[in-house]
Parts: sequence; structure tokens; C-alpha cells
Amino acid sequence: MTWQGWFQILIYVAVLTALTPLLGGYMARVYMGRRVVLQRVLGPVERGFYRAVRTDPAREQDWKQYGRTVLVFSTLFWLVLYAILRLQGALPFNPLRFGGAPWDVTFNTTSSFITNTNWQYYGGETTMSHFSQMAGLAVQNFISAAVGMAVLAAVIRGFARRETTKLGNFWVDLARSLLYILLPLSIIGTLLLVSQGVAQTFTGSVSLTTLHGFEQVLALGPVASQVAIKQLGTNGGGFFNVNSAFPFENATTFANFVELLFILLVPAAATYQYGRMIGRQGQGWALYIAMLLMLAIGVGNAYYQEAKATPALTAAGVHATADPGSTGGNLQDKEQRFGIANSALWSTATTDASNGSVNAAQEAYSGFGGMTPLVNMMTGEVIFGGVGSGLYGMLLLVLLTVFLAGLMVGRTPEYLGKKIQAREVKLVAIGTLYMPVVVLVAAALAVATPAGKKSIYDSGPQGFSEAVYAYTSQTNNNGSAFAGYTGFVQPNAPGNEGATGVPFADLIGGLCMLLGRFVPLLAALAVAGSLAAKRPVPAGPGTFRTDSPIFLVLLVGVVVIVAALSFLPALALGPIVQGLTNQLF
Amino acid sequence: MRRDIVGSVVAIVVLTIGLGLVCPLVMTGVAQVAFKGQANGSQVERNGKVVGSSLIGQDFRKPVLDANGQPKMDKDGNPVLEADPAWFQSRPSQSGYSANVTFFSNLGPNQKDLADQVKANLDAYLALERPFTPGLAADRVPVDAVTSSASGVDPHISAANARIQANRIAAVRKVRLDRVLALVRQHTDGRALGVLGEPGVNVLELNLAVDNEFPLQ
Repeated sequence: MTWQGWFQILIYVAVLTALTPLLGGYMARVYMGRRVVLQRVLGPVERGFYRAVRTDPAREQDWKQYGRTVLVFSTLFWLVLYAILRLQGALPFNPLRFGGAPWDVTFNTTSSFITNTNWQYYGGETTMSHFSQMAGLAVQNFISAAVGMAVLAAVIRGFARRETTKLGNFWVDLARSLLYILLPLSIIGTLLLVSQGVAQTFTGSVSLTTLHGFEQVLALGPVASQVAIKQLGTNGGGFFNVNSAFPFENATTFANFVELLFILLVPAAATYQYGRMIGRQGQGWALYIAMLLMLAIGVGNAYYQEAKATPALTAAGVHATADPGSTGGNLQDKEQRFGIANSALWSTATTDASNGSVNAAQEAYSGFGGMTPLVNMMTGEVIFGGVGSGLYGMLLLVLLTVFLAGLMVGRTPEYLGKKIQAREVKLVAIGTLYMPVVVLVAAALAVATPAGKKSIYDSGPQGFSEAVYAYTSQTNNNGSAFAGYTGFVQPNAPGNEGATGVPFADLIGGLCMLLGRFVPLLAALAVAGSLAAKRPVPAGPGTFRTDSPIFLVLLVGVVVIVAALSFLPALALGPIVQGLTNQLF
Repeated sequence: MRRDIVGSVVAIVVLTIGLGLVCPLVMTGVAQVAFKGQANGSQVERNGKVVGSSLIGQDFRKPVLDANGQPKMDKDGNPVLEADPAWFQSRPSQSGYSANVTFFSNLGPNQKDLADQVKANLDAYLALERPFTPGLAADRVPVDAVTSSASGVDPHISAANARIQANRIAAVRKVRLDRVLALVRQHTDGRALGVLGEPGVNVLELNLAVDNEFPLQ
């Protein structure tokens, strides 16, 4: 570890914290229907969209109607994306003439992008045409993010409102998320990234003879426009197989900072947006601080662990101490320009948010270092979390904390003056506990059945970690991977000729992503619907304050304990074993 | 339900065209005008011919010849390569420095295969550099020199790695060490804004400069 490394992490936290109220306040205006600056230019587009989808922006929906529109919209978009990916051979913008990938891989990929997961069994540059990347996948980078943000806005209204059933109009929330938040930010991001050397062209590739006489093919494409939104919308699906490790996707150390910032920008701002929309800014900051605390623990652990040599490096006789001319540490499968600190920070941020992009291979992390990303996801993606989905997931855990605190002192729990009753607690239980069940069942099948074992690449406990990571990541809509885990066999890359999927991995994974997205989404909407109908009672002397340090400790405790109770045995069999031993497998 | 379906179908068409086609087309147009070099892969030319991208690492090894002067092949029929001592060497690559089929090594921290690979890299590095850097031992070899990068085409090596290799380049190309070290300094990318990231020496740009100033006889 170096002071420069820690300093960069501090700068990151400082910039993120400074931007949170700025963007968060703006986002609150967007969702409260106030006028925003961009409306002058984009207002006609917004109104045109409402006419096109035949909605009256003033007409609001209750939670069931809102949820139904989300489901119909997502289902139809799923079908369209599946068709685009399968038929890409007959569609335009295909300079390398790639055919469609097999049906099972495509099922996985489609589910992955509809659910904001961006888990990738495929390698972008070797299987996807530019049309698939732009009109298929990058569109979902916008849409799946905007759907999450829209649902969050509706859920917050449920917390904020009293004695109503209405939560908002899905089409309005969707359009305003896209036009006033995601689109302008992604344009800024695209330009910043291109200026650093991230590619943006319709040329498929450039063949050349290198300085030393080898043939090299540079894969190119409209990369920057896709990467900006993939970072911003907590999507994470790379244009290239090695994601943001590849220089054309993450060219310089400055580009790396921009991409890192974009991972947490919107989820962090959402905490401030929440405080503003419920009219209690302290509540928003309380959640921000709780999340930041867990981020700090994660990045501290990852940086400390990765600054040391792994057992394999030690056995090979490598000397991994940092000195002024060398980063030291576990640089296996990491880039020199990012070094240890920025790789550790990235792997923490990308799994705190359900982003899942990487700038180094997660699989090469040490046993304990790799626990940061794994445990981050096991909390249910609520440490900032996905755009929208992170905060509504966290709000479910807030209700759980309030409920537990109420049990301890023997009072009816209440949050923001609203009584938390049996119906809400049942929904919270569904929304938080379905995840460990799905993950553990899927991972158990993956390591215990012959069909599941086909996907495992590494031997020993690392192979087990691969499977646990795969289903944790997919169920939590993260998308990062211990990438040895295989669901797609492609003997003639680049291209899909003769390629086959691994049905177990593709189908179970796809199912995990769909469940992981829509179960908590509907649970959160239902909770919001039921809270919206309540009449708040004024705070009394016995009211448990939910913006106090005690509450923060309790909340972090609940997040950690729920994850630990569910996953400790699985962790013990994989990363903990590897962290405790120097043995090689 | 009907309202939802009709609205969704229209929205899907509108959004796919707007976000999927218009938006990237406009962004590509702007990028091609404002940042032409960067948007097209930061290509580097030499004598009017493109020889690479300044962002993408390259292979500076050469085929190993057998007793008959023929290139030696491994069991898969690929030529066996070894470092060419006249050039600065990039970090090891798991993908043969491919810039169109990329993948990680994906070996875990406790894998024996990884230990074997890194050991082989370390032995090769010592064998190459020790004649020019007397007394070089494993504890002075920087970690970037023996581990594969994430992208497989890492354009950089560490400053410590370049300093060791400079001894060899100076000896093979018969120039004074300080002139090689000056070029190394010139082609070191510092931290962005003085703080972000890690410094690294750009191997392709350095080798281009070295070959221009000190051509092989």
C-alpha cells in the first residue's frame, strides 16, 4: 500500500460526496415534476413521447397498475432484444459478419440486459455486431437503468405521501429519467472518454503489422457511447470481453477516474433525492453515511489484501513489495496504469453498486481480497446498489431494522411517522430473503450436478468460488464474474460458427436474474403502495429516531448479519479456505 | 392491459431508434470531428504506415530457431517465441497480445498452474536480464514483469522494469545508458492530474523512439 493509493481513494470519496447533493437535488426536482433547465430544449420531446405512448402525464397509477406497466414493458422489450440478438446476421451494421449466438446463450444475455445485470457469457468483440451492441444492448443500458430509477421514484412517493393509493405515472418517470438525467450525463461521459482515447467509430477493425513484424487486429466500434451509459446506469456490460481493462474501453488513468465516478454517481445522488422528496434531508444523509461506511470497509480490505502477494506468486518466488518504481502487490490480471489501489477501488465500487464492470480480473484476487466483491453482492446490492434498485432494496432493510428495533423495546415500529405492520413486514421478508434462497439453491445445483460442473474452470476451492460468485452476481443483478465460469463455448472466435452454450449455466443463470430483478421490485412497490395509504402520526418522545448514529449502527448491523447468516458457510468453503492457506490446488 | 401493451410497443420502437441509433450516430459524428485520432484507436504511424496503437501493447519476441535454422514449433503447431534482446519487452500476455479476441487468465490466487506460469516468466526474465544487470535476483524483479496483465495488451511496464531492461538495450544497441534512460523518462506516462493512477512506461512509443535514435547496425 502507498500513500498515493490511499490519497486517490480519499479523492474519489470526496468528489462523490460533493456531487451527491448537487445531482441528488436536481434528480428530486425531475421526479417532483418541477421545471428543470433542460426542459426548455427537451420539453417538446417529452410531451411528444407522452402523446406517442398515449398517456396523460397527470394521470397517476396505484402500485398494481405501475407494476403491471413495468412488467408488460419489460416482457415485450425482452422479446425484441432476443429477436435482435438472434437475427443479427440479417441486420445492418455488421462489418465482421457475425451470425447469431446459440439460443440458450441468447436467453441468458437477453435476461441479463433487461434486468440491469449485464452478466456476459459472451465476449463482445467476438460475437456481437455493432447493431446488436447499439440498438440492442446499449438501449437496455438506458432502459433497464431508467426503469429502476422510475420505480424508485414511485417507491419514495409511497413513503412520502399520505392517505392515497397513487404512486405516479410510469411513463412520466421513465421519460424524465431518460431525458433529463441519463441522456445528458451519458453525453458528457462519452465526450470525456473519447477525448482520452476510448474508441467511437463505425470501423469494425484495423489490421496492421506491428513494429516487430507481427500481425495485429485492433477491434474498434462505437465504444465510448456504450461505455458511458454502462457505467452510469450500473449496467457493466463491456463492449470488449475484458471490459474496462481493455485500453479502447478505459484508455487512461483519467478515463478510469471518470468511469469509477460514474459507477456510484447516480445511486449516491439517489440518497439525497430521497431526503429531499420525503422532506427530511437528514434521513437521506443517514443512508448515504451508512453506505459510505460499508464502502470504506470493503475498499480498505480489498486494497490491504491485494497489496500482498498471493500464495501462487509467493510460491513462484515473486517479490511483491511496492517501491517508487513498481506498484508491487498482486498485479496478476491487473493493468499497470491502474495498479493496486484503483483496481481495488473499482472492484469495491462495482459490486457495491450492481454495476459489474471490471478493470481487472476478479478471479485473480486473493482469497480474502476477493471477498470484498463477493460479500458486497451478498448484502443484496444495497451499498449504493443499482440505480433505483439499490435504494429501494435499502429501504426494505431500513423497515426491517425499524421492525427489529421495535421488537427490542416492545413498541409498534414506525418509520417517517407511519406504523409498520404485519403486511409490510411480510413483504420486506419476501423482498430480502428470497435472494439468499435463490443463490444458495442455484449454487448448490451448480457444484453438485454433472450439468452444472461443466462450467467450472479452476480446480479446488477456487472452482467452488466461481460457482457461488456466478449465482450471487446474477441473482443480485450485478454482472461481474470470476470469469473462468463458462456458459458459452466458442471454438472459432472471432465469430459464432460452431459455438454452443452450456444449457444449465445459461438457463439457471437467466432465471436467477429475472427473479432477482422482479421479485424485490414488486415487493418494494407493494410496500410503497401500502405505506402511501397510511396516515402519519406525529413523532412522540418514544419515537425511535432514524437519522441518529444508533440507527446507523443498527442498520449496518442488520445488513451484515442478514448476509452473514445466509452465506457464511458458503464463504468458508471457498474464499476463506483460500485466504487461510498457502497451499496450491 | 391493452393500454400498457400499445404504449410499450410504441415506446420500444421510439426508444430503440432514439437511444440505439440516433444517439450513437450523433456521438460518433461529434467524436470523429472533435477527437479524430482518439476516436479511431490512437493509431501510430511510422514512415506513413500504421504500426500499432499507442494504447495497445505489442509483442516484441522472436521465433526460437532449431539446429537447422527453422522456427521451433510447440505441440499445437505454433512457433515458440522468446524475448528479442534488442527491444524493450511488454508484460507477459495470456492472449498472445491479441487486440480482437480478449480474455483474462482466470487463474485463482491458489492455483498451481498460476504459480508455474509466473515461475516460468520469472526464470525467463532473469535469464534475459542477468547478463546485463549483474547480481539481478528474484527479489529485485518488479511484479509487473512476471505477471500477465488484465487486458493482455497492457501498453505499459513499470519504471523499475524499464530501468532494468535499459541496461540490456544500451549494451545490445551499443549506446550510453543515460541516453536510453532519457528516452525512458520521456515516454513515461505520469499520474493523471499528478495524482490519479500509476505511472507507466509506454513500451511501443519507447521502442519506436529507441529504434529511431539508435538503429540496429
